[in-house]
Amino acid sequence: MATVIIPTPLRKFTNQTARLQVEAETVGEIIEKITVDFPELKKHLLDPQGSIRSFVNIFSGDDDIRDLQHEKTKISQSTIISIVPAIAGGI
Amino acid sequence: MIIIPPAALDQVNRHAVSIFPDECCGFLFGQEQEDGTRIISVIRQVDNAKPGDKRRRFEITPKDYMQAEEFALENNLSLLGIYHSHPGHPAIPSEHDRVAAQPYFSYVIISVLQGYIDHIRSWRLNDDSRFEEEVFSSISVNQTI
Repeated sequence: MATVIIPTPLRKFTNQTARLQVEAETVGEIIEKITVDFPELKKHLLDPQGSIRSFVNIFSGDDDIRDLQHEKTKISQSTIISIVPAIAGGI
Repeated sequence: MIIIPPAALDQVNRHAVSIFPDECCGFLFGQEQEDGTRIISVIRQVDNAKPGDKRRRFEITPKDYMQAEEFALENNLSLLGIYHSHPGHPAIPSEHDRVAAQPYFSYVIISVLQGYIDHIRSWRLNDDSRFEEEVFSSISVNQTI
């Protein structure tokens, strides 16, 4: 099973779990499964159209899935998926 | 309530002043007490990675963010928030701050002018994704008035 690392701000929606083990073949399947298991994650990960929010980065290992095959990015048993919130702002 | 003891706050303030008129940014680590009070014990500065005009925007790279999460786990700390400066502007979250803001995190904003700190305020998102101010203090943990 792949490992999904949940960032600190979203752990209150995963019962304070930092790492989830998920059986899936693609990043999209992972997102679908964890938002079913933890429904409150959904609005923080997905926009109203069901796409990954622009302020959320998903990394497969060290690679941003936007540089791979986006939600169709294949994963293996040893893949570590990191959910990384975009941290930005200004005046 | 969020408490940033004087030594840690001094780090934040020096960072904000040193790179004025650009925006500074960094991470706040510490522990959250049972009553919800957040006590910051470690500050980590990071580069403002925003391409272009850093005087009005800041950005932290995903790599720096992932390293901050690792640092917290390795040191048995909680990543409790982000600080950034508003050069020449009040410490009130902008719309740019709000759209990118994360739940749970404290957003400490430093209003900085040329050579000095004007004021500091801290904010958190509520359940409606609106910022609410949280009480900010720099009284050290063992200090009494």
